[in-house]
Amino acid sequence: MKSSLKNMVVVLATITTVTSFAVGYVYKITKEPIRKSKVQKTKSALEEVLPSFETLSEPQKLMVYDTDAENIIIYKATDANDAYVGCAVESYSNNGYGGTIRLVVGFDVNNSINKIAVVGHSETPGLGAKITETESPFIVQFQGKNPNEFKLSVKPDGGDVDAITASTISSRAYTDAVKRAFEGVKKSLGEEVDAVGSATSQYTKAEATQDADNNQKTDDNE
Amino acid sequence: MGYMEIIIGSIFVNNIVLSRFLGICPFLGVSNKVSTSLGMGGAVIFVMALSSVFVWLIQDLVLIPLGIEYMQTITFILVIAMLVQMVEIILKKLSPSLYQALGIFLPLITTNCAVLGVALILVQNEFTLLQSIAFATANAIGFTIALVLFAGLRERIELSNAPTAMKGVPVSILTAGLLAMAFMGFAGLV
Amino acid sequence: MIMNKIQIFSKGLIKENPTFVLLLGMCPTLGTTSTAINGMSMGAATMFVLVMSNIAISLIKNIIPDKVRIPAFIVVIASFVTVVQLCMQAYVPALYETLGVFIPLIVVNCIILGRAEAFASKNGIFASALDGLGIGLGFTLSLTLIGAVRELLSSNSIFDYTFEFLPGNGVLLFALAPGAFIVLSYLLVLFNKYLKK
Repeated sequence: MKSSLKNMVVVLATITTVTSFAVGYVYKITKEPIRKSKVQKTKSALEEVLPSFETLSEPQKLMVYDTDAENIIIYKATDANDAYVGCAVESYSNNGYGGTIRLVVGFDVNNSINKIAVVGHSETPGLGAKITETESPFIVQFQGKNPNEFKLSVKPDGGDVDAITASTISSRAYTDAVKRAFEGVKKSLGEEVDAVGSATSQYTKAEATQDADNNQKTDDNE
Repeated sequence: MGYMEIIIGSIFVNNIVLSRFLGICPFLGVSNKVSTSLGMGGAVIFVMALSSVFVWLIQDLVLIPLGIEYMQTITFILVIAMLVQMVEIILKKLSPSLYQALGIFLPLITTNCAVLGVALILVQNEFTLLQSIAFATANAIGFTIALVLFAGLRERIELSNAPTAMKGVPVSILTAGLLAMAFMGFAGLV
Repeated sequence: MIMNKIQIFSKGLIKENPTFVLLLGMCPTLGTTSTAINGMSMGAATMFVLVMSNIAISLIKNIIPDKVRIPAFIVVIASFVTVVQLCMQAYVPALYETLGVFIPLIVVNCIILGRAEAFASKNGIFASALDGLGIGLGFTLSLTLIGAVRELLSSNSIFDYTFEFLPGNGVLLFALAPGAFIVLSYLLVLFNKYLKK
């Protein structure tokens, strides 16, 4: 077909409008399933890592280290009698071989690690991706350990964690995420044995940085 | 994330061609000579840095406020296509010599998946504007380095005596494999 | 007539195989074939977009002015890609995460724009659909083959079905970036030697 300015504009505008509506329609249909599958993923991860529980608290967001760019999220679990049975933490590490590794770490009532689930990673298949194999010795070694006695860093760095063969970077990042979760729990519960006071002050500081970040975001938008 | 980490990480450790597998078409297509590969690399650096700014602005000023992030793919590809056209027209007017050097590569860039790929990755990582520019430029430099190295290797291979079935593309791809293996040595640098 | 249609369909499998003969769409070919199932899913997603965009473009080919042909094609293709993206996110989220950025990048897969320009914009709906199906199937089979070989060499399994092929746990290199290039290169050699006329 011959091109004139008029028919070019009309045809392109029509095509764009029609396709936008079509895509918008599909978006509307898939919106609910997408949200559900995301919620379901977090929910099943929480159930997997926590000891048996009845209700979960509202998620609490906090910043663990001053250099962090992102919050971790803590859920406290209670049983039928309202007694505290443990907590689960959505934690992460940006030091993975393929980028960010996201974990949900469950702690029992004594702050020992119950179980850990990987909810997101882009590690190399066959190597670093072994962090998702729930039965592997690397994963099992964390279970039941209290990080106060079990030093959370890989053996080459002077810790107690046996790294996956040929995947020290992934193992280190995984351990880093677990450590971040544990530090978060300590802050949240204010149970740091040697310095309760400093823990609470750190917590307020973390909140302050978070607020500052939020403000900055709004500024950027304007 | 620090700028140094972003830059070293995207040039060497997660090289866009050899480890992320983006931009393979120009990598195989325009790597016969070192001189043409340099031209292509220059054009990619130019367009990628520019598109990262536009993509960031559109994501933060249009898509997020309107809540239509799902239109990302469509919007970004149109923006990139338009940008390439604009750059072509402006270069032609302002700097004919630069146009001579980069001109023929510009139309090829629209379908270079590295440009759209980088745009999508930087939006996914929620970089700030400056981080986005650093990330995009570093990735484009990584692309250029891989392309020029590969072109140098291919110039030599042309002269060698390969088995008939291996001549041409297969031996080039095998060489790319060896180059990728060499780049694996950078793992853990950041 | 029927012979003609069969030819349109079957040329994509070997004679004009997009991966091994035309060497198009190399990014997903290398980037998503670490296992057979990943390669196959990527191929299927691409095939869907290819068939749908071929049909749509063949439908509207007569009303598109020549000068805006390419932008119009890109808008149509990008819309179908977004549809695939949303559906995969909703119903197969795990797969969507594995294939990652390569799903939106179907937009710039040269195979799709190439078929739109070379075939769908000149032929009827049925022929265009067949063409998309044939080329798409050729692409899917190639990706599955590469994925199967890489999975076999790197972890002694195909489609997660494990058996003793190499002693030990396999050669990890083939799951990594260099392995993708090396496997593709040797498959190309075999293809050139035995199938290409």
